[in-house]
Amino acid sequence: MKKRKELILQIKNIHKSFGENEVLKGISFDVFKGETKVIIGPSGMGKSTLLRCINQLTIPEQGSIWLRDQEVTHHNVREMNRFRQKIGMVFQDFNLFDHLNAIRNVEIALIKVKGMKKDEARDKGMQELKKVGLGKQALLYPAELSGGQKQRVSIARALAMDPEVMLFDEPTSALDPELIGEVLGVMQKLAKEGMTMVVVTHEMGFARSVADEIIFLEKGRLLESGPPGKLFYQPKYQRTKKFLFKLTELYGDIDGEKT
Amino acid sequence: MINWNFFLEILLPSLLDGFLMTLKLICWSIPIGLAVGITIAVGRVYGNLLVSFLCKAYIVFFRGTPLLIQLFILYYGFPSIGIYLSPFVASVIAFVLCSSAYHTEYIRGAIQSVKNGQVLAAQALGMSKFSAVFNIVLPQALRRAIPGCSNEIIYLIKYSSLAFMVTCIELTGAGKIVASRYFSYSEVFLVIGIIYLTIVSLATKFLNMLEEKLAFPGWENKK
Repeated sequence: MKKRKELILQIKNIHKSFGENEVLKGISFDVFKGETKVIIGPSGMGKSTLLRCINQLTIPEQGSIWLRDQEVTHHNVREMNRFRQKIGMVFQDFNLFDHLNAIRNVEIALIKVKGMKKDEARDKGMQELKKVGLGKQALLYPAELSGGQKQRVSIARALAMDPEVMLFDEPTSALDPELIGEVLGVMQKLAKEGMTMVVVTHEMGFARSVADEIIFLEKGRLLESGPPGKLFYQPKYQRTKKFLFKLTELYGDIDGEKT
Repeated sequence: MINWNFFLEILLPSLLDGFLMTLKLICWSIPIGLAVGITIAVGRVYGNLLVSFLCKAYIVFFRGTPLLIQLFILYYGFPSIGIYLSPFVASVIAFVLCSSAYHTEYIRGAIQSVKNGQVLAAQALGMSKFSAVFNIVLPQALRRAIPGCSNEIIYLIKYSSLAFMVTCIELTGAGKIVASRYFSYSEVFLVIGIIYLTIVSLATKFLNMLEEKLAFPGWENKK
């Protein structure tokens, strides 16, 4: 049990449509400090959109996002950029800057956004790369890294900004099965160190062992949420049960072992 | 029989000033043309409706009219509205307008080929759109635009000869004067052709080296 619950992120009644298609129909939940929230749900049901609404890469039509006691939504562009620094994001397809080597990928925002001095940024960047186990790969370019290494660089890049919360958008979905472990390992370590995280993933092993709460999103609504034990063994809805069963069948055993 | 005396003592010295003028013309026009081209391309892709429209209009106008007409308007037309440009300045402006319009489209294509995820990732780190374009998109796009822009630069080197039409005596102009005086058109223009070929070859070599130097691992052009 967490001792003192410090509210980091509030998602309040988020609505988002793309044309006729309303993908988010009023999502609300809170994220507390040090907590790992895992969002699951069928594809194309707005999980990524929800994450992007949190850091305003997608602007929701309705609802608000709060970081601690400050509203993130409804601001001008400059304020938005300031908030984004505090909300780290890891993408499914890494989105490393192709023309920069690993260390430059990590340090560029420190220099250009935080105005850090070059040698200071280099030190900080190296620290973050070492944290994800890539100290030796600092000078390699994205094209020279494996998928798992790329994703770890992108985690280091987000961490370097010292975010209050990290958003992971299916961080292992684009990886070969044998590379998933190294990325999940890093995320597990982060969670243990007390990083606040919101993770969209299909990795049920990870969800079960790391998540404080799992949120099941379906048809743009938050159908059900709860700690892993509850959601896996006593789901309220038949739909949740069916979905979890499908995932487990596809992605491996709920105890975290691949079948 | 080749008349070496004519070549060495008359032709080459009288071409020298023209040659230097040609170099001066292209040394001004190429970088400014590129800078304007990059600016217009960014405005065309990322600007709001108005900016984007103005950039499009710029391209349509300066790519759609003959360079010679632009030159004539600048040099012979502008005095009627009280603007007097020297032959050199009028030529540089016309070359910049024309070549930038072409550069713009090469660069726009290159910008649009950079995956949108690159901008998203930069923004997610707190970079402004402008900073993301400047620090992340353009460094990649400009590398991709080098082959196309090289084409335009080579064109510019050759169409710099049009400056002669507004009395800016550059290489071709100087040649024309010598040729008429000594009535030796074929020799003179053959020599001038070889000089242009040499400049263009050197420029091509330089641009290829630049492209190679800027390549990074995973870069599609890297051998």
